[in-house]
Amino acid sequence: MTKRITIDPITRLEGHGKIEIFLDEAGDVENAYLQIPELRGFEQFCVGRPAEEMPRITNRICGVCPEAHHMAATKALDALFDVEPSSAVKKLREMFYMAFYVTDHTTHFYALGGPDFILGPDAPPAERNILGVIHKVGVDVGMQVINCRMRNHHVIKMLGGRGIHPVAGMPGGWSKSINEEERAEIEEIARQNVEFALFSLKAFDDLVLANQDYVDLIVSDAFTHETYYMGTVDEKNLVNFYDGLIRVTGPDGKEFIKYPAKDYVQHIAERVEPWTYLKFPYLKDVGWKGFVDGTDSGVYCATPLSRLNASNGMATSQAQEAFERFYETLGSKKTKGRYQPVHFRLATHWARLVELLYAAERMLELSQDPEITDPNMRVNVSSTPTEGIGSVEAPRGTLTHHYQTDEKGILTKVNLIVGTTNNYAPIAMSVKKAAQSLITRGTVVTEGMLNRVEMAFRNYDPCMSCATHSLPGQMPLEITIRQADGEVVERVSQYTD
Amino acid sequence: MTGNGKKPQLAMYWGAGCGGCEISVLNIGEHILTVDAVFDIAFFPCIADFKIADVEGYPDGFIDVCLFNGAIRNSENEEMARLLRKKSKVMVAFGSCAYEGCIPALSNLTSRRATMETVYLDNPSIDNPDGIIPQLLTEVGEGELEIPSFYNTVKSLDQVVDVDYFLPGCPPEPHQIWAVLQVVVAALTEGAPLPPAGSVVGAGTLAVCEECPLEKDVKTIARFYRPYEITPEPSLCLLEQGLMCMGPATRSGCGALCPQVGMGCRGCYGPIEGVEDQGARMLTAIASVLEVSGKPGDDEAELDRRVQEAVNTIVDPAGTFYRFSMAKSMLRRVRINGGGS
Ligand code: SF4
Ligand code: SF4
Ligand code: SF4
Repeated sequence: MTKRITIDPITRLEGHGKIEIFLDEAGDVENAYLQIPELRGFEQFCVGRPAEEMPRITNRICGVCPEAHHMAATKALDALFDVEPSSAVKKLREMFYMAFYVTDHTTHFYALGGPDFILGPDAPPAERNILGVIHKVGVDVGMQVINCRMRNHHVIKMLGGRGIHPVAGMPGGWSKSINEEERAEIEEIARQNVEFALFSLKAFDDLVLANQDYVDLIVSDAFTHETYYMGTVDEKNLVNFYDGLIRVTGPDGKEFIKYPAKDYVQHIAERVEPWTYLKFPYLKDVGWKGFVDGTDSGVYCATPLSRLNASNGMATSQAQEAFERFYETLGSKKTKGRYQPVHFRLATHWARLVELLYAAERMLELSQDPEITDPNMRVNVSSTPTEGIGSVEAPRGTLTHHYQTDEKGILTKVNLIVGTTNNYAPIAMSVKKAAQSLITRGTVVTEGMLNRVEMAFRNYDPCMSCATHSLPGQMPLEITIRQADGEVVERVSQYTD
Repeated sequence: MTGNGKKPQLAMYWGAGCGGCEISVLNIGEHILTVDAVFDIAFFPCIADFKIADVEGYPDGFIDVCLFNGAIRNSENEEMARLLRKKSKVMVAFGSCAYEGCIPALSNLTSRRATMETVYLDNPSIDNPDGIIPQLLTEVGEGELEIPSFYNTVKSLDQVVDVDYFLPGCPPEPHQIWAVLQVVVAALTEGAPLPPAGSVVGAGTLAVCEECPLEKDVKTIARFYRPYEITPEPSLCLLEQGLMCMGPATRSGCGALCPQVGMGCRGCYGPIEGVEDQGARMLTAIASVLEVSGKPGDDEAELDRRVQEAVNTIVDPAGTFYRFSMAKSMLRRVRINGGGS
């Protein structure tokens, strides 16, 4: 008889998820599924709302990355109302966005993913959390983490109106400008962020890279996948979080496509499976070949690791040094001036810290820009809206908002492809591969082992809150019971109020 | 300490929500260390590795305080709400979703069929030639896979289980979370009194307008504007400049955050004390700023016409007046024509 192991809920991530692992009679893993059990339905219930409210509605898709939805929605409004923001507006938005990246990557490294390394995958589950981290590294370091999050949330509130779920984005503009005093405060905060990012990279060296067991885990086959990688890049092909072209590189490191966000439908398609509420995006130009690695499979990934793999480097100096060290240390060689991709999924934690440093350095640059205190942040909107697409790099992947409206700007159609959704297929593959590598016949399945299976998804920093925006509240629910040959024996419908 | 010398047990769980409530708890900053010193975490999937089986194993009433955020929109949310209610002494509806449905409850304005079609069958990036729709139960090669069933109507937590306290806000502001936790800690550790059951905690009792620094009662309006249509005077009340602001109908407590950056309040703290229906209250407020409030001898029909004209400039009244409180509104949900419910 087939045995199953259920991990429910999967933890230290945002939102809901469960893992079902099926063992065959011998005790090997036959298959493993990552199921996403929830949906909320933004794509439908936003229809009928005024478009300009989207930055304030869609940020409720995710409370961990509300700023990303706020920004993608705001950029979709720029396109929808056909207004080009001034360079001062763009810079203020980007500075706000960098403060967000610093908090978000910090939260993941120390509170969500970090406990697996800082305390170890086998630490008692009751300790494997941010409080356990603080007990382990000491209150002083803990306070640095807390203060980093606090000061950047302060900036987010100053620029966006609220610490979580900001409100300032509007078509072509931003409802708030800053004065010199505020600018100086942000500059000081950005300096502290740079220090903190360097400190975190050092902590990664000391806690992870200095520990051979962890290095072995990172480079182990159980946590390796060769897929396509997606990320937004600037005109020099350097990583950019706020704006640019979306670049996809192959498992071999070659550029596969590069396109503006507005063309996303030509390149991305989403597949539906009956056993989960979340869809599986893939590269249309390659096609869906199932949950498999390689150049022939349309599975792609959009994470900090992917952004690094899809780029030629970082646009700030210290982050560029960290970038080079990352690739050199992990044994990547340069071909035609570019590093070959790193496929070790657990290296995503390190890539996240390289990005943390970039965000901090970029925030510092912007805070010193003379344009940043421009008082004119609002623009007049005169065009009649029809359709708009906006995208940013959310910390968990490329985030695209697509709106269509009537001539009054009331939404008639909404499509969203959010950060985590991009990664659903690779996450599901990673979970399966980790389960298959770790659980084999005769092994006694321990809690620590199951936690390692969770580590296979945790490096993606998945945000199921984000991913599950896309469903309904209302759908006919049906149970289909099939015979082994696939013939439907019974179908039971259930409508629950 | 609780009576037996053990630390009080704290749980935080999400139903249909966004995780912002959890992040807001983490944003209480260094106070998180006090929480750590005072409480043991019993369940908190966002940051800690307890599983449902752990909770099922706890005796009834084992959890001293459960902060439940997120709305109830599927069978899993409801089962977890019931399980946690049974295991908890004090159940807090934490944040707007649990309190009044919040943004997810805007779903109550749409229909089952429309939603299904939009998400799985009809959007620009979908690839679904076989018209597959997720199923409660799916036979896969190795066995059966199950997912929760989706409810027709998004509900607030108290529409499903008994709730002791309500903490408004989307999300509640960190300083208020901390204030509430201090009261709870004092009750658990020193036997200090708790607020009466059923209270709204961690918020004010007046309207957002009362804490809004913008100058009011200086202008009246003939129509409403969309936020991008005008650049408001920075120091004057937005509503009186024709920008929709739910401040008069919304409970104070946030410090009037949104109007201070030039964006109208959207009502995330819920209705003001003693008011059932936030939207109905907002209509009264709107009436008072319209410049058509007549004087004796005015032509009634003409006044009506001008009121109607002004009201017509409000786009999406249902989605605006009940942006956060649809589940608790008089509307609650739209009728679904032939939707099978
Ligand atoms: S109340 Fe707001 S912040 Fe809290 S879960 Fe709901 S949407 Fe998120
Ligand atoms: S209506 Fe809005 S802007 Fe005016 S006083 Fe009230 S909260 Fe402030
Ligand atoms: S001003 Fe209104 S919408 Fe903004 S935080 Fe306060 S209650 Fe919520």
